[in-house]
Amino acid sequence: MHTVIIGNGITGITAARWIRKLDSTHRITVISGESDYFYSRTALMYIYMGHMRQVDTQPYEKWFWDENRIELKRAWVDTVDFDGKMLNFADGEKMHYDKLILAVGSKPNKFGWPGQDLDGVHGLYSLQDLEAMERHSEGLKRAVIVGGGLIGIEMAEMFHTRHIPVTFLVREQKFWHGVLPLEEAEMVEREIREKGIDLRMGEELKEIWGDKAGGKAKLIVTKGGEKIQCGFVGLTAGVRPNIEFLAHTDLATDKGILVNEYLETNIPDVYAMGDCAQQREPLPHRRAIEAVWYAGRMQGEVGAYNVCGKKVAYDPGIWFNSAKFIDIEYQVYGDIKPKLPEGQATVYWEHADGKKSVRINYDAVSGAVIGFNLMGVRYRHEVCEKWIEEETHIENVLQTLGLANFDPEFYKEYEKDIVQVYNRETGSNLQLKQRRNLSSVLKFLSRT
Amino acid sequence: MQIIQKIGLAIFVIALVIFTLVPGLDSYKISAEDTKINNEYHSVAFERAAQDQGLYEREYSSTFALQSALKDVFAAAQKDLLTRAGEDKSGIPEGVSEWDFKLGDWLFKDYFKFDMYRDSSIGPVSGNPWLWFGLTIGLALLGGLMYILPKFLRPPGIKNDHIYHSSMTRGVNLTWRVLFIVATVIGVLTYGFFYMSGNLFWPGISALVMGIITALVFFAQKSIKHRPAKSASPPKFSAWLGIFTGIYLIGFYILLYWAPVHIVGWISMVSPLSEILNGGTASQWFLYGVLYTLIILVMGVRMMSKYMHNKYQLIRTGSVMFFQLGFAFLIPQILTLLNQPSMDLKNIWPLNYTFFFEWNINDLLAGGNLGIFMLVWGTVLVIIGVPLITYFYGKRWYCSWVCGCGGLAETLGDPYRQLSDKSLRAWKYERFIIHGVLLFAVIMTGMTLYGYFSGVRQIGFLNTGTVQQWYGFFIGATFSGIVGTGFYPVMGNRVWCRFGCPLAAYLGLVQRFKSRFRITTNGGQCISCGNCSTYCEMGIDVRAYAQKGQDIVRSSCVGCGVCSAVCPRGVLRLENASEDIARRAAQKRTIHISEDQIGVL
Ligand SMILES: Cc1cc2nc3c(=O)[nH]c(=O)nc-3n(C[C@H](O)[C@H](O)[C@H](O)COP(=O)(O)OP(=O)(O)OC[C@H]3O[C@@H](n4cnc5c(N)ncnc54)[C@H](O)[C@@H]3O)c2cc1C
Ligand code: SF4
Ligand code: SF4
Repeated sequence: MHTVIIGNGITGITAARWIRKLDSTHRITVISGESDYFYSRTALMYIYMGHMRQVDTQPYEKWFWDENRIELKRAWVDTVDFDGKMLNFADGEKMHYDKLILAVGSKPNKFGWPGQDLDGVHGLYSLQDLEAMERHSEGLKRAVIVGGGLIGIEMAEMFHTRHIPVTFLVREQKFWHGVLPLEEAEMVEREIREKGIDLRMGEELKEIWGDKAGGKAKLIVTKGGEKIQCGFVGLTAGVRPNIEFLAHTDLATDKGILVNEYLETNIPDVYAMGDCAQQREPLPHRRAIEAVWYAGRMQGEVGAYNVCGKKVAYDPGIWFNSAKFIDIEYQVYGDIKPKLPEGQATVYWEHADGKKSVRINYDAVSGAVIGFNLMGVRYRHEVCEKWIEEETHIENVLQTLGLANFDPEFYKEYEKDIVQVYNRETGSNLQLKQRRNLSSVLKFLSRT
Repeated sequence: MQIIQKIGLAIFVIALVIFTLVPGLDSYKISAEDTKINNEYHSVAFERAAQDQGLYEREYSSTFALQSALKDVFAAAQKDLLTRAGEDKSGIPEGVSEWDFKLGDWLFKDYFKFDMYRDSSIGPVSGNPWLWFGLTIGLALLGGLMYILPKFLRPPGIKNDHIYHSSMTRGVNLTWRVLFIVATVIGVLTYGFFYMSGNLFWPGISALVMGIITALVFFAQKSIKHRPAKSASPPKFSAWLGIFTGIYLIGFYILLYWAPVHIVGWISMVSPLSEILNGGTASQWFLYGVLYTLIILVMGVRMMSKYMHNKYQLIRTGSVMFFQLGFAFLIPQILTLLNQPSMDLKNIWPLNYTFFFEWNINDLLAGGNLGIFMLVWGTVLVIIGVPLITYFYGKRWYCSWVCGCGGLAETLGDPYRQLSDKSLRAWKYERFIIHGVLLFAVIMTGMTLYGYFSGVRQIGFLNTGTVQQWYGFFIGATFSGIVGTGFYPVMGNRVWCRFGCPLAAYLGLVQRFKSRFRITTNGGQCISCGNCSTYCEMGIDVRAYAQKGQDIVRSSCVGCGVCSAVCPRGVLRLENASEDIARRAAQKRTIHISEDQIGVL
């Protein structure tokens, strides 16, 4: 049985590892055109900033692949012949598969802006993009970044560490307000501006002009008509599944490759997972395409089971995510909506320094806790998850809130202040009964 | 702010240049008074030869010139005594042993120690030591602080930008690393041969043990299969400033341990300070203590500026600064001043390998109540203190909060923590070497104590004194000093702590098998970015655990907390609890499929 995986990202590699764990007989081949070895895409920025070398972003040593009999192949797949179960590589080579996993990831969005294919206009997704950034950084006078998402802010921070002035165009009125509630969005905006980044909210790109020779980007024009000189334009307006090379085949696609809960596509023996997969029927509170690391990892695991003939439906459980906005860490557990939905209530505490906050949303009627949104404060995944799963009452949560605290030792604990906020707003008189303490956490977690 | 920092850096460099030149500034003129020898035959012969060669008339421009003149005179005296003794030894007076009469080679080092050089120096440095103290150490402090203090004005947060772009911290490639290691090993074994008075046994057995460990790692532990190991080479070319720093530090340690006569300039410079603090003139160990302490203090301030936002790091750094300044430096000075036995009360056996040496026990026993207290204190720490505190808090209570070696590593060494080797192979080397050193320390101390109580100091072909001597040379000086610090820019700041320290091995065994300490991982939040592994000074592949959602219980973890600090996703937390540690370390919390979810087709 030859299982071929296209894509050596977190999804493809997790699938390969789990297939090997579950079944020692499969021949496993992982193909990628981007890199010889699996590396952590999320760490691209740290390579540019000089925190790490590229090898440091590779979670496994090179011998790992031999030891686990996972064959790696560096090549681009040009087309897939699903009927003949054959891959055609860009260099003309072919490879037969018995089962195929498509874990081909995403691509940066481009919205047909004039000049978007000029030299010096790049997204940030692959190692090649990183090389392009590096190439253009030398002597760069200004960079313009278009699109206010997580990758945009990472790119802004990257240039900032090289003292390259950045203009950051964000279409929305509030930063990442499709996800972040207002206060948190404003906190991030403050953080960006404090670092000296020229943040333009509610501003969009109209076109990019090249230099005389017409090859290299030299300025951009905004929708507002302003012209900004720049030697680099970063396109970070989201990503979309990387499925162009699969077009015009029998493979059913929409925005991404359509899959059922077993991550099967419409073609037998072909699976899709990770960034490129789109759930036909997404679970409640989840999106059809979840282009995040964690979803890729979980889908890789689930996919492996299904490829090995053990049916497991994809059920990622309670949503969680995390990011870092320059110096502010962000964690979320549960379904936090940017606008508080009807029927929900919120406890929002913000530190006086404006760089830390805790938000807990709960059902206004039943009191069941719904989600946690943390800025600059670390909370424990398992504890928050358990509270949400068990629909614990907000007052119980608040009184034992210390269980969730995951900040390093000696860090100030703010749980008391959070309880105060709740008391003030609801006129209750709750007391914090549980401070940060691992023993209590372990007891709490083992309680059924 | 930038301009102040630049001036500070310039001042520091100037101070370093002056410091480097200081040992060469004075000249030396000795008198018969200086070379007084406590043996009438040797003394007479030496003085006669000295007069012949005009030793006392000339002024020597360097310690090297003086040493070579002394050697010539010494050789002449040796010859003279040899002829006087006559071939049939009839010239040796009645009742005098041959070796009291003849002048043996080894006596040269005994008779002409650095204090003789120090007392005979004339010139700017010995004439005005405070001035030169100010121009070197003082200026370096000033420059260093000018460079470091403005860093507190930066916004708090992780400060690892450009570490892999900097020629100081980028690390060196495999060729350089091999060069450093091979040169050190060959140098040390060769010098060791002479150090042990031309005895091949010790260098030979050491080379053999190194060979056996390598063979074990590669063949028994199958490292040969694990190729290529994860590269520890820098992204571009090797770090020239790092190489320079490594060589400078190694050179410093070689002079300090084995040729202090050539650094009497530095020693004279700190002598007045020594007189204030302990009432005596300075030795090279006082010089070392002053530099060590000041470096920990200044670089500790730097560490604090880097981790302003992290209270764990602030308190921990404050702690190592406190223990170095108070326990390692000031208290022993003051005790000496008060004519009491002095001891670094936090330096625990077997790191403090001389603790159970006969002379130390005797000194302490002779030191009255305080001495006896120290003996009991040191012993209780080893037997009860270490396991008990480590049970509660992990080995970090010592390694990254109290220890002097750890203190230097966490302050001066902080810029180099990313250079530790993370490969599985390095881990295998680590386990063999560090436990090997522990074994060596235990055997040596066992022989020492056996000798102390039974008076038997020869067991089989092993002589207790020689075992101690080789341990002191090979482990005490070479490994913990030269390699331990000199290799910062080459293999990271914890080479000694990770591969060599027998106390770390002992603490590690307790931590691994019986401690409440672990690093917990935060469910599924890890993005495998690698920051934690990169900045783990002990070369632990933290990510390997974190991305599986496993808690980390590793004997080598010194609990520095930096992995937790640099993690951009808040995944790691150092914690203590008695509950179910074994299960937590095994459990993988990122796996979200439980077996009962699986339907079989
Ligand atoms: C800069 C950056 C920061 C991020 N930070 C976070 C974060 O903090 N948290 C988070 O949850 N998510 C983050 N993400 C998103 C996360 O990295 C992705 O969700 C995840 O990497 C997707 O993994 P994947 O395995 O599905 O796809 P990918 O990692 O994209 O892997 C797909 C691989 O397949 C290869 N491939 C594609 N087509 C072909 C072909 N035809 N032939 C050969 N090879 C092919 C690609 O070159 C690529 O190497 C970040 C993404 C970026 C770019
Ligand atoms: S694992 Fe973390 S706490 Fe332990 S030594 Fe490494 S970096 Fe320090
Ligand atoms: S634990 Fe943190 S630093 Fe380590 S790999 Fe995971 S996300 Fe990165």
